[in-house]
Amino acid sequence: MKGMSDTAWLNARMPQWNALSSQAQILQHRPASSVAEALDLVDGYRSVARDLSVAQSLNPGSRAAAGLKALQYRLHGVVHRHPPAGWRGVRDLVREGVPAAVREIAGKILWTGVLMAASAIAGWCLISSFPALISLVASEAMIEHVESGTLWTDGLINVTPSSLLSAQILSNNIVVSLFAVCSGVLFGLGTFYLIGLNGFMLGAIFAFVHQHGLAQRLFTFIIAHGMVELSVICIAGAMGAAIGDALIRPTRASRRESFHSCVTRLAPLMAFCAVLLIGAGAIEGFISPDPAYPLWSRVTIGSLYWLLMVLGLSGRWRRI
Amino acid sequence: MDREHYTVPGAAGVELDLPLAGPGSRSYAFIIDWHIRLLLALAWLVIGMLAVNGGLRWTAPGTKPTVVFGFLVALPAAIIYFLYHPVVELWMRGRTPGKRMAGVRIVNSQGGIPSAGAIVIRNVFRLIDSLPAFYCVGLISTFFTAQRVRIGDMAAGTFLMVDEPIASGAFTPYVGLAGSVDRDLQGIEVARQILDRWQELEPGRRRGLARALLKRIETVEAESLDTMSDEDLRSKLTQAAMAGNAA
Repeated sequence: MKGMSDTAWLNARMPQWNALSSQAQILQHRPASSVAEALDLVDGYRSVARDLSVAQSLNPGSRAAAGLKALQYRLHGVVHRHPPAGWRGVRDLVREGVPAAVREIAGKILWTGVLMAASAIAGWCLISSFPALISLVASEAMIEHVESGTLWTDGLINVTPSSLLSAQILSNNIVVSLFAVCSGVLFGLGTFYLIGLNGFMLGAIFAFVHQHGLAQRLFTFIIAHGMVELSVICIAGAMGAAIGDALIRPTRASRRESFHSCVTRLAPLMAFCAVLLIGAGAIEGFISPDPAYPLWSRVTIGSLYWLLMVLGLSGRWRRI
Repeated sequence: MDREHYTVPGAAGVELDLPLAGPGSRSYAFIIDWHIRLLLALAWLVIGMLAVNGGLRWTAPGTKPTVVFGFLVALPAAIIYFLYHPVVELWMRGRTPGKRMAGVRIVNSQGGIPSAGAIVIRNVFRLIDSLPAFYCVGLISTFFTAQRVRIGDMAAGTFLMVDEPIASGAFTPYVGLAGSVDRDLQGIEVARQILDRWQELEPGRRRGLARALLKRIETVEAESLDTMSDEDLRSKLTQAAMAGNAA
């Protein structure tokens, strides 16, 4: 700006700032369409940073300087945007991200499974010894059903259409699983409580229906969807435990960074589990309450779906 | 770094101080968004009930819930209410109507537009932030964390920054009546600000300010200014401050 007056310099720059302002407005909603456009944007961003420092020294507190600062923030946001991954990104997450997350928390999945099984055994033993305590885990309506020799799931399909039932079940299951993951933020204690409680309730209810000779019918009801559903709850619990572990024993400079890093690594697995629960919800809504399906077909469906889950988690389905 | 700004590396090695949004603007944005999603979900539900069931009821008289009602009325209403934040934040690149009105936006740790994954993660963790009620955990967290973030933001590596709009006319050229470009920038700037607030200022006061500024910017004779009306002074000041655009 040597040889040019202050006003002339500002006037000379303003058309470019207006153009950059319009460009930033457009590029906030879509990525740059070409390399040249992206490079132009980066050049513009740099020139705005330089112009801002000059404008602030020439005319501090002016609307032009304030406008340049706002423009700089806006361009910074666009330039430092995370590149859009698209469907290829989703595919890579499923192929690489999910198996990597599973490998990372494999030990925790095992221990969460052990915790759930131990809680279920504890629930079974408690209700077998003190049947009156079933009111702690089961509703009045459930207890009445079982005492009258029927399951609360009998005739479920006649009360609510299967599709609606599926939607209700899968949304509930997804929320429970996500809650098991998120409650890991309480240094893992929230997850520990949720898994322990779910296992305890499962064992207690099985003990209760067993006392009334209905255990096999309940098993028949849950086998098709339960294999994947319970596995996903264990995986969700393991993710919560991993988050708790990241907070207790941070692997990064701070607990916050460690927490963020852990959640980012586990996010693909979280999404994959939600998809698995959609399938389990569909089975629970359409197949489990329908008496037309014999036990062998339910076991087959449950086993095949569980096998599909294992293939997805291990990343081996790309070899099929 | 203070608790009001978050410093990120900017262009050419110059650091950029991003202004952080506090609990007040977060809450303001959330309350606006909550009303929007509630009203949209209720509107959908009411219209759906009237259309499918012929009245404000969950089922048609003497029938059980139908698939049509569930999938066309109840489910979309629930989706509007529960998925409003992730869907709108993804669509508007880290903003919502409420955030827009509160003048805040979500950015990633580099100050950029957050990725879709980050937006989904910060919304999943609403399950914890909303505990035990009325977003208590999230709100308390914003009071005590360094960048005034809730747990969802910590998980996603995001934060809320104050998003100042570019004021209209911020880049209006400084061109004088006589075509001169060597002018009193600060005087013109003050004149523009006075013109912005012209109606709010007391008439006697604004006339005095306009005369003083016109003398400074335009070197107009004091006598000729004294005889000018309020409207003439405003017009003259507008010409002085924004000539070439306003004239």
